[in-house]
This record gives sequence, C-alpha cells and structure tokens, in this order.
Amino acid sequence: MVLVFAESVNGTFKKPAFEAVTYGYQTAQALGTSCEAIVLGTADNAAALGTYGAAKVHHVADASLDKLDSQVYAAVIAEAVEQLGAKVVVMTHTSTGKSLLGRLAARLKAGSVPGVNSVPTVDGGTFAVKKPVFSGKAYATVAIHSDIKLISVMGNSMQPAEVGSAAEVAALGVAVPASRTVVKEVSRMEGVTPLPEAELVVSAGRGMKGPENWGIIEELAEVLGATTACSRPVSDVGWRPHHEHVGQTGIAIRPNLYIAAGISGAIQHLAGVNSSKTIVVINKDPEAPFFKAADYGVVGDLFDVVPRLTEAIRKHKG
Amino acid sequence: MKLLVCISKTPDTTTKIAFNGDNTEINTEGVQYIMNPYDEWYALVRALELKEATGGSVTIINVGSAANDAVIRKGLAIGADEAVRVDKEGSSSLDVAQQIAGYAQDQGFDIVFFGKETIDYNGSEVGAMVAELLDMPFISYASKLEMDGGAGTITRDIEGGTETVEVSTPFALSAAKGLAEQRIPNMRGIMMAKRKPLNVVAPVETEALTSVVTYELPAEKSAVKLVDPENMEELVRLLSEEAKVL
Repeated sequence: MVLVFAESVNGTFKKPAFEAVTYGYQTAQALGTSCEAIVLGTADNAAALGTYGAAKVHHVADASLDKLDSQVYAAVIAEAVEQLGAKVVVMTHTSTGKSLLGRLAARLKAGSVPGVNSVPTVDGGTFAVKKPVFSGKAYATVAIHSDIKLISVMGNSMQPAEVGSAAEVAALGVAVPASRTVVKEVSRMEGVTPLPEAELVVSAGRGMKGPENWGIIEELAEVLGATTACSRPVSDVGWRPHHEHVGQTGIAIRPNLYIAAGISGAIQHLAGVNSSKTIVVINKDPEAPFFKAADYGVVGDLFDVVPRLTEAIRKHKG
Repeated sequence: MKLLVCISKTPDTTTKIAFNGDNTEINTEGVQYIMNPYDEWYALVRALELKEATGGSVTIINVGSAANDAVIRKGLAIGADEAVRVDKEGSSSLDVAQQIAGYAQDQGFDIVFFGKETIDYNGSEVGAMVAELLDMPFISYASKLEMDGGAGTITRDIEGGTETVEVSTPFALSAAKGLAEQRIPNMRGIMMAKRKPLNVVAPVETEALTSVVTYELPAEKSAVKLVDPENMEELVRLLSEEAKVL
C-alpha cells in the first residue's frame, strides 16, 4: 500500500495535498497496489482526498498535531506505517516534508528520495525514481533497495487529477509522544498563493531602479492572478521582502509561467527558477544571460513593456 | 556551549555539470569544490557568534576522504576550534547521517548545525536524519536563532511566511539565509587553521539503502523566441496557444 501524508493549512487540505495524493495514486497504479492517506491534527475536508485517489483516509486527531514537531510527526507516521503495513510513503517537499522525510528514513531504516518530480518506475524488481540535482542542472535516477520506500514530491510536479469520490475517514489509534518544541507564532501572508505553490509568478530585479516603481509588477501579477517574486539584490537592499526572494539562497520554485523583468539571470538566480515550465524574460540588455534560459524574450525597456503586457493580458481575459 | 557544525563539500555554484561515460558519476575534471554555502555562510558563522557571546567550542565535522581537507581547513580558518573527518565517501544521505551520529552520539553537543540543503543533491535530509538518530528536536530552515542559556528561540521559513519555535538544548537546526552574515577568513585565521586539530576517525558500518542508477542532463533548451516589444498581444498569444500557460 502507498501511504500519502497529506498536509493541511490550518486543517484545510488544498492543492499541494491533492497533488501529493495524485502522485501517491499514480505510484500505487504503477505498483499494482492501493493508495491511502494519513492526516494529522485538525482535518476539516479530509474526505476530499478520496477524490484524488485515496481509498481511505487515516486520521490521528490529537490537537497537539496542529503544530509541527518533526520528531512527534515522525514517531506517529512511523507507527502508522507499521500498523497499516505501508510499503511506500509519499509526502510533499515542503518546509514540513523537509523536516520529516529524513527523520522517518532514519527511524524506519528506510531508503528515501527527496524532492522528486516524476512517478517511480519498477524495472526488474528495482524501484527507482528521478529527482533534480545540482540545483536543476541535472537529474539523478535513484533506486531504493529497502522494504519500505520514502519519497517527497516537489510542488507543482503534477496537476491534481480527480479519479474518485469522497473517502471514508477513520480514526487511527497511534500513541502521540509529548513535544519538546513550542510553536509560538505562525505568520503567513493572507490571500496570496505562497511562491512554492504558485503556478504563475511575476518577478523583478534591479532593473526596476527603486521600490517605488513596483506598482507595474504588482498590476501585472494581479491581472494574471500571479504571485510576485524578486531577485536577491533587490531583497538584500530591502526593496522587497525577504520571503519574495527566489534563487539559490532564497526559494526554489517551479511555476508553469515565470516572468522576469529587469533580472540579468545570474547562475544563482537560475538555480532557483530553471525548473519553471515556461520562462519569459524582459530586459533592455540583449546580452543578459537570462535570455539563454528563456523560452520567450522581449528586448526592451520594462517600464514600457510591462504595462503593455498587462494591457494585452487584460484584453485577452476579456 | 558545545556546538557541532556539519559541513559538506560541493561543486562550486557555477560548475558546468558533466558525467562520466556510463552516466553514473559526475565528471570531476576541472570541477572547483567549495564548502556548501549554507553550511559556511549561515550555520558555521552563527555557531561562531554564539561561542563568541557565551563561550564554549565549535567543532566542524565532515564525512569524506582526505580530498576534503582543504574545505575543512577553510572552516577552521573562519574560526572553528577543531575538526573531525569521518574517513568515508558517504554513499547516501542516510550513510552520511549515520556517520555524523556515530561520532556525535556520546559527545554531548548542545546544538548541531546544518545548512538548509546542499547545492549538489538538494535533499534537505541529513539534518533531520541526524536529529532522529541523536533523539533531538530538529528545526529546519532557521533564519534567526537567539539563545538565552539553554533556551533557544528560532524563526524558520515556511511557505509564504515564518514560524517561531522555542526549543531547549540539545537540538539540531538547518540554517537558511538571514541566520548570519558570511565571513571571509583573514590571514591570521588561515595561519592558525594549520595548527588546529583535524581528527580523522574511522566510519561506522552502514547498509546502502539507496543508490544512483544514472544521471542525465535536462533536454537542451531551444533558442529563445524573441517578441517585438511593441507587440505584447503576440506574446500573450504565444503564452496562450503555444506554451498553454494562460
């Protein structure tokens, strides 16, 4: 059985959880087995995971699980894996998954592959899965030899696919150890899709000349329904908040569309965005290295081009 | 406080990646190796700051062959007191974690630092693994750490925001941008590093649970399609009809 650990945000399951279940369902199909899900803490719409292929949802409802403690989560999921006889565990490569996958691997003495973006293959009894390495400059296909196999999936690796209907949600009796950490505060941007989950991203850099000029970027993002991002120099000087910084030291993203205005495209920036499916670069310098990584390029002054693009999209959307 | 910083050796960010004939190993010819940036800039420097503020010691540990000694000496030059190298090329994240835990388990470290990920394998796994093996809480993607005696307050990056966590020593964390500012080793540090201890220890026995079957390079990107800056309707058409992203 493939067991998907589905993450909620404040008890609500959204697209990243549905993606993980879709991945788990497709993995189960490839292995000729079933897909189930496990959810921890408050879970308001857990039955919806059935729509994406979870035959059953196991719920450990203890309220202390509303806050992440990777040690507690690992103990709970490890016991669930043993109770349920799961052979493959799938989770998302999020801040939670990154705290958890390695712990679970060490605890279960199980092989793990973090940050994959395609479904595993089984060839002559060898279970293998592909993951990007060297910050997107290459791929490695990694075989897992242990009986239990652990995988975390990158955001935006696949579209959630509806394959079933609401699933039965059943309480799972698992001991929940006491936490040794206290989560004091969680602050999230409201009403904005977080960058790692965003399908459309509009990003800008030093070519903007100053923070007061960002209105045209925000307007383009708004018309598109995109999340805004920025390059490192711009967040370093405080023109934009730290959490918008994409690139090697910032966040790595893989949206369907990445529009970059006034960003030259240093290798450290590319490392965070080169997995984007379509890249549009707007820059007045035709020699900007970013054009080599772009699908579409516009050589021109972003202060003319960006508002024109916003207008064209507005017209397109009618 | 007794602090341990786990450092990894990675190809330099600008390395052009190529593989050997059967695509099972990276072609190391001409590759410049560096200390993994997150380990060096954020994890190591924050550990040094804590030691400077409250006393104690900073040990760095690396799992690898003697070829890693130059990177380890750089860590000593930046200011670590001593270094340990577990004499084995780690075969997987879990192998590396087991080697680190094998050394650290009876050493009484208060905080074990990692970078948020390595820039070669991009796994973000080893810190969580070591924490589990050492029975420690683990806080990933820490962008701020304040200590008051044995009580730590950590701000960590989460999707679209931050989380503030309180935890007592001993604990482990992985370091993200913001935790500290990069330090460049000075001449005195480089001279002193030569005399600091670099202890080579034997590896513990482990079992290989994963292995790389093959590496590959991404499909060559086709040349950029340039669109007239006066004609953004054409760009919208391409994004809608050709790329199908609108």
